Amino acid sequence: MKEIVVLSGKGGTGKTSLTASFALLAGSSAVVADCDVDASDMHLLLAPVVEMEEMFYSGKEAVIDSDACISCNRCLEVCHFDAVETDGTLYEINSVNCEGCSYCERVCPVDAITMKPSLAGDWYVSKIRSGAKMVHAQLGIGAENSGKLVARVKNEAKDVASKDSKALVLVDGSPGIGCPVVSSLSGANYIVIVTEPTISGLHDLKRLRELIVKFRLPSGCIINKADLNSGYKDEIQKYLKKEKMDMLGTLPYDENITSAMVQGKSILEEPYSNSETAGTIREIWKNIQFKLGLDGE
Amino acid sequence: MKIVFTAKGNTWEDAMDPRFGRADYLLVFDEESKELSVVDNREQSQQEHGAGPRTAQKVIDIKPDVVITGNGPGGNASRALEAATLEMYVGAGDMSIKEAYEAFKAGKLAKA
Amino acid sequence: MKKPMKIAIASGKGGTGKTTLSTNLSALWAERRRVTLLDLDVEEPNSGLFLNGTLVKQETIEKFIPVWNPDACRLCGKCQEVCEFNAVMKLGTEIMVFPELCHGCYACSDLCPNSALPMAARPMGELNHYRMDKLDFIEGRLAVGEEQAVPAIKRVKEYQKQELPDSDLIILDSPPGTSCPVIEAVKDVDFVILITEPTPFGLHDLKLAVETIRGLGKETGIVINRDGIGDDGVEQYCSDEGLRIIARIPQDRGMAKTYSAGKLIYPSYPVMKEELSRLIDFLEAL
Repeated sequence: MKEIVVLSGKGGTGKTSLTASFALLAGSSAVVADCDVDASDMHLLLAPVVEMEEMFYSGKEAVIDSDACISCNRCLEVCHFDAVETDGTLYEINSVNCEGCSYCERVCPVDAITMKPSLAGDWYVSKIRSGAKMVHAQLGIGAENSGKLVARVKNEAKDVASKDSKALVLVDGSPGIGCPVVSSLSGANYIVIVTEPTISGLHDLKRLRELIVKFRLPSGCIINKADLNSGYKDEIQKYLKKEKMDMLGTLPYDENITSAMVQGKSILEEPYSNSETAGTIREIWKNIQFKLGLDGE
Repeated sequence: MKIVFTAKGNTWEDAMDPRFGRADYLLVFDEESKELSVVDNREQSQQEHGAGPRTAQKVIDIKPDVVITGNGPGGNASRALEAATLEMYVGAGDMSIKEAYEAFKAGKLAKA
Repeated sequence: MKKPMKIAIASGKGGTGKTTLSTNLSALWAERRRVTLLDLDVEEPNSGLFLNGTLVKQETIEKFIPVWNPDACRLCGKCQEVCEFNAVMKLGTEIMVFPELCHGCYACSDLCPNSALPMAARPMGELNHYRMDKLDFIEGRLAVGEEQAVPAIKRVKEYQKQELPDSDLIILDSPPGTSCPVIEAVKDVDFVILITEPTPFGLHDLKLAVETIRGLGKETGIVINRDGIGDDGVEQYCSDEGLRIIARIPQDRGMAKTYSAGKLIYPSYPVMKEELSRLIDFLEAL
């Protein structure tokens, strides 16, 4: 079973649209995982039909019993996250700030603090129109995106792939380089980075590359909106060569990708399926499959 | 020699679990007494962070001489295992426990 | 305008134009008054690519994690007991700290009966303070491999309070999304500008962002970027929800190219300059 993770560093490069297209091309031989859990969008293109839904508890939250509380201030003294608020008499926990470390609970002299499980979001196992299963999630508003929900989505996708004997897990990762990205990298066989030929695109690509090198993972790059700036396109290609990253392909800026999105479709579908862009995406996917030895159907 | 296998079940015929940190079971085989015992590790699959070190801790407490697994431990688990003197062998992820043991004895597994 | 005035620029979806807006808005506004711009997208801080200033100060951002002192330790294992994050473990005869998992709560350090886990500073990123004429620009840059953005965001905000306490106008370029780095970035501001693109992805993520911002009780206004692409879903949503659209930036290939080269847009695009001037008038009247 192989795992491909699609990342971008910078947001807005077209990562999710492309991952959805790859998912449709992979068909039922793949399990799709949407690990872009903070504002996940892939479902808008893949229209998953939910078969199973689970709540996701991650970490804990402190709760103060105001009847038991003696206002000794000890909890406020030990909290490093500004999560204890008081007017002098009444003590309350700011649940947005609370990290669930339990330090206050341990030191409260009258046991007025309890730790309760923190509901971070929901995750789902669904079916999409390619016949494949898709695991996705929605993080709760303001919830800690520590990568735990990402890890859960990934692990569930891997379990499904294992049980159903699927050859591929295709992961739509998060933007950035923090916890959720690190979480989505673990266990990956290959990283596909979608970038754009801009100063920001190159800057973020380099930072993401640094992270991937730490994990010793092979990676390749797709330059989307490649006709926007040929100077930066060349610079990115030079950079990829220097870093020994695969150059997977380039795509022009194509308004039809947005038009398709408005219709809830990928550009591979009618009426765009014969477009040049659709053809290029299919070629890029073949390229990726070849790199992973997945093309022996 | 005491050997720990990362396993999906608790008998010789069951499959190896290729994972370390989130392995379902730790199967322990004592070559001297020929006893096979099992440690249930399934709670770790619910752990999103720190599964590796936690499993490493369980392994260390068993005090094995050899650990046989599939993909090998990740970064944190590797660090945790440095605290122990044991040998780890990888590459048995697709085998049954029995096959993994035989492969180990025949010197066919790579040392991590 | 209230003083000091803090305005955050946020979005649900990444790539909608936060940095484009924050840099162009700050630079144009700085023609009228002193502005402080904080780049709080510490995982991928891009504002500095568009602004050229002199480096005023550079600092290492540190986090505190426990460090094991084997001489004082009795291996009681209390540290592992009190750690909620599996960041401290007793393995054989060693106490191991996993820095990436540590949240810096100090529990293990303070509660160790033998003071064998003192907290020590560890670099996690850097802060750069630049100045160009009337614009002070401070960015937080998380070190690659560090996972937690929130401490770095906190430090940049703190730095402004300490080093530029007289700032009347502070613009905060926040990270994308709706999770805790964003909350940290916007929680003390007076107004949140939410920038989006008029597409289904833009709309979906805007709704999440609006819910988040409203949950914090913040006043908000919407900026539609790349106006003209996609559909009218966002417009309809704003109308239904009584959300003010406070600026529209048109889709323009030329502007996109200027952005791609790392240049500010308004100096060569009067349309942009006018729209931003109107936006500034609106914000000053708040």
